[in-house]
Amino acid sequence: MITLYAAHMRQAVLQQFQYRAANYFYMIGMIAEPVVYLVVWSTIARAHGGSVDGLTPGAFAAYYIVWTLVRNMNIVLTPFAWEERIKEGTFAGQLMKPVHPIHEDLASFAGWKVVVLVLWIPIAFVLVLLFRPTLSPTVLQCVVFFFAIWGAYLIRAIIQWSLGLITFWTTRVAAIFEGYILSEMLLSGRVFPLVLMPHWFQRLTWYFPFRWTFSYPIVALTGPISNRDLFIGLGMQLFWILMGVALLSAVWPRAVKRFSSVGG
Amino acid sequence: MSGDELRGGRVRLAATFFRVGVMNEMQYRVNFFLQLVQSLLTVGTGLIVLAVVFSKTNELGGWSRPQLLAVMGVFTLVGGIIRTFIQPNMERVVNDVREGKLDFALIKPADAQLLVSIRDVRFWQLTDVLVGLAVLTVALVQLRSTMQWQHVAAFIALLLSGLVSIYCFWLMLASASFWLVRINEVQELFDGLFRAGQYPVGIYPGWLRYGLTFIIPLAFAITVPSEAITGRLAWQPVIVMIAFTAVLLVVSRWFWSRGLRRYGGASA
Repeated sequence: MITLYAAHMRQAVLQQFQYRAANYFYMIGMIAEPVVYLVVWSTIARAHGGSVDGLTPGAFAAYYIVWTLVRNMNIVLTPFAWEERIKEGTFAGQLMKPVHPIHEDLASFAGWKVVVLVLWIPIAFVLVLLFRPTLSPTVLQCVVFFFAIWGAYLIRAIIQWSLGLITFWTTRVAAIFEGYILSEMLLSGRVFPLVLMPHWFQRLTWYFPFRWTFSYPIVALTGPISNRDLFIGLGMQLFWILMGVALLSAVWPRAVKRFSSVGG
Repeated sequence: MSGDELRGGRVRLAATFFRVGVMNEMQYRVNFFLQLVQSLLTVGTGLIVLAVVFSKTNELGGWSRPQLLAVMGVFTLVGGIIRTFIQPNMERVVNDVREGKLDFALIKPADAQLLVSIRDVRFWQLTDVLVGLAVLTVALVQLRSTMQWQHVAAFIALLLSGLVSIYCFWLMLASASFWLVRINEVQELFDGLFRAGQYPVGIYPGWLRYGLTFIIPLAFAITVPSEAITGRLAWQPVIVMIAFTAVLLVVSRWFWSRGLRRYGGASA
């Protein structure tokens, strides 16, 4: 299995490095989103004597610059891709292979991350120069951050992959996926740091996988976060990965049965 | 053919393509509701974000809450028009160039730029226009004490002019595909950067404000019309905008025909 992953990752690295320009287009397009949030919140912080709920422009800058790395790390196969796979019949070929097809996707996207990481460094450098973040993580925070971004990747990858399987039953899935992504936007800390939200809202986010894929990895690095919360976060990530696997193993056999019946 | 006849022919051509496009989309009527749900979800999220922002402050960069709501309405409206009329055509140009299918448009006896700009219409994306108009109306009701009919007239004129500048910008992006092989990601790039338009460009730092004005003309398509309808408009940006749009029209046409010459050379 390790050789399989290594092979797919290597292939993805080679493939994606050829499309540097395309990858940069993609990444620059993506960076507009956090820059907008960052500008809005720093504007408000400045207008209110330098901070909002204790967050200074420097803290917002740190949050949203780390955001760009976390976001790049947790890009996974979009559920929309299934429509294409089914329509073009490429999925039938994947089913023939002796391993579960999710492994190929997990490995290729993980390989792509390597490329993304290299391309991200200059972007981060420019953002740091422009927005002056205040960031001073401890060694422990850095170590936990490293694991947390991969945990976030796995949670999103497995859940969205399972969600994509809905395509086997109906092709009008866009509204469902869109609803899922928008709930994620609000509940994950993607649009605003969760500390800005009322307490009931923050408690609500505990019942969804979302905050462990954005807010938690970001705050793990930027702080403020206690050592206890750092490890609780890793535990919650593990929990949601297991939930994702359970969901997948429940849905997958039914989806395959469904697929073969359509294929005749 | 006289000039008038020629112009009439072009309008008729555009109308015909539009009708065919709409008929095509009418076959998928359920998509209207699905698209409407999506538009509502997106705007709903935007409203929540706006509520969070204004739970912490009374104004953002000199814009009040109803004024920013108006900007959001215009942003949604403009996005809908772009995704209905401009983006599908320009994406098709990019794909056609890569797959060598642009010949089919070029051999037709009409101006190539006109033809590739009117071939497709994604009619159901107009739900964004409906939802955008609804949001804008709510904002205007809240702002009614300060609104005058001149504002509405200026708004419509500036909105059209802003859309022309976005069209020119997209045409140049699409023309870049004559030189670059893989630019599917330009659409991602545009979609990403377009999000910056949901706030007035005045709140951004200088370098970004200029970028969003003169590189990607979001300021002209969204902020300036929003200023017009909220009664904040000064005349200087209008003059800059008209001059810039005129230049952009000429430059994009030139860029397109340069690219076309290259295309001809490659397939021969």
